[in-house]
Amino acid sequence: MKKHLLSAADLTRDDAELILETAEELRSLADRPIKKLPALRGRTIVNLFFEDSTRTRISFEAAAKRLSADVINFSAKGSSLSKGESLKDTALTLEAMGADAVVVRHWASGAPHNLANAGWSRSSVINAGDGTHEHPTQALLDAFTMTRHLAPEKGQGLDGRRVAIVGDVLHSRVARSNALLLHTLGAEVTLVAPPTLLPYGVDSWNVQTSYDLDAVLPKTDVVMMLRVQRERMNASYFPSVREYSRRYGLDARRMATLQDHAIVMHPGPMIRGMEITADVADSERSVIVEQVTNGVAVRMAVLYLLLGGAEPAITTGDTVPEPVEGSTSSTTGDGDDA
Amino acid sequence: MPPTQPELAEQPDTGSETGPDTGRTVLDARDLSRALTRISHEILERNRGSRDLVLLGIPTRGVHLAHRIAAKISEVEGIDVPVGSLDVTMYRDDLRMRPARALLPTEIPPGGIDDKTVVLVDDVLYSGRTIRAALDAMNDIGRPRAVRLAVLVDRGHRDLPIRADFVGKNLPTSTAESVAVRLEEHDGEDSVTIR
Repeated sequence: MKKHLLSAADLTRDDAELILETAEELRSLADRPIKKLPALRGRTIVNLFFEDSTRTRISFEAAAKRLSADVINFSAKGSSLSKGESLKDTALTLEAMGADAVVVRHWASGAPHNLANAGWSRSSVINAGDGTHEHPTQALLDAFTMTRHLAPEKGQGLDGRRVAIVGDVLHSRVARSNALLLHTLGAEVTLVAPPTLLPYGVDSWNVQTSYDLDAVLPKTDVVMMLRVQRERMNASYFPSVREYSRRYGLDARRMATLQDHAIVMHPGPMIRGMEITADVADSERSVIVEQVTNGVAVRMAVLYLLLGGAEPAITTGDTVPEPVEGSTSSTTGDGDDA
Repeated sequence: MPPTQPELAEQPDTGSETGPDTGRTVLDARDLSRALTRISHEILERNRGSRDLVLLGIPTRGVHLAHRIAAKISEVEGIDVPVGSLDVTMYRDDLRMRPARALLPTEIPPGGIDDKTVVLVDDVLYSGRTIRAALDAMNDIGRPRAVRLAVLVDRGHRDLPIRADFVGKNLPTSTAESVAVRLEEHDGEDSVTIR
């Protein structure tokens, strides 16, 4: 039984659906006068951020606070981390403070895995983005947003839906986690990028690839634009920004070739005018702002399912997952504790 | 702490497969319907009509019962009483003692519950802990003028000072017995059995 969320690949289909259904119930909390639930009262959650982040950190903080957990924010700037303290010593400090969960973002791929498995601490570790590796909660919130738009009826899924992920796939942990999770959920993913920005070994990813955005757009249900991560680039991957935009940017002309129900997504932060034009980002098809709102509900669901009970509800491989239909309340159960 | 075994024993399918054969039927479909009719009339009598009434069912079966009571009230009074559901999972006092559980729907009717008379509806009243959790959950949603409790079966053995205002059937039980409420909407038939 795992108590960490390190990779979207750790989630079985049942786990993922349980998280999405729980998030659906938790989303209604945003409309209530008191946006607070008592599930994590007395639990301590540490946000450990070695890399800059706006959306993810605030989202995790809001999620933890709405579940009544105590939140400690820990960013590399302004802490002993900037004095050269190692990840191990930081982990030991957190352990000594009694953290129940550590939400970690790190520039190095695999840092959350280290933190979870090195035996330095007993906390649950949630990966909030590690290098160019994974960002599982982003993939979950993206799947949640897609489900709300493309499969709003209960019991409907993303099976057979087509998702195009466009842009700097090479440096994108969002693309990697989305490809893994969407495959688990039965969707068909097409990665669209210039050859230089597709990762090595992408043929083993269970996805299709294309270099031609215009050919993919009319067939897709979701188009997810990625930011070109120039801060991670140490070489020239394309001739010029202008050429990149012309071939892989989403503008109004290209958006017009989408099917009527198709939605436009972006994990943020976006560079308007580069991978996406302002009129597309602000159009009715764009669900970019909604992605942020949904992020809080999805992260609440993850925190609740990992920390809310005596043991995590999210299982992997060796254990039988709990049934996820609305029928979890059982005849004997009702009688026993009613 | 508890291994997977007790969880499996709680799955609804297990109950529905063995339920009708092994249990003694306490209420059949017609008894159940009559009990709900009586509860509906008692609610109207106590409230002096259907003014400012809100029915909140506790998932899963409490919600179905709330809808049935609302339908019966509508037959008598010609007025549609707002019906909602209230999930109490996160407010349970045993939340930390079992694996994290899936949440069930909470739907508060558009008019809210402020200054309304809320009737909580559940299938079985036993320890009273679910109702305590429901009262706590309601605290975060609004401030009703009054809260009443309607249950299909009261089987006794309360752990808390909680009682029902409207009871379909008082059923003396031993703690070793288990009461199973089955409803058409959820289980394909109406019955209350004891085993």
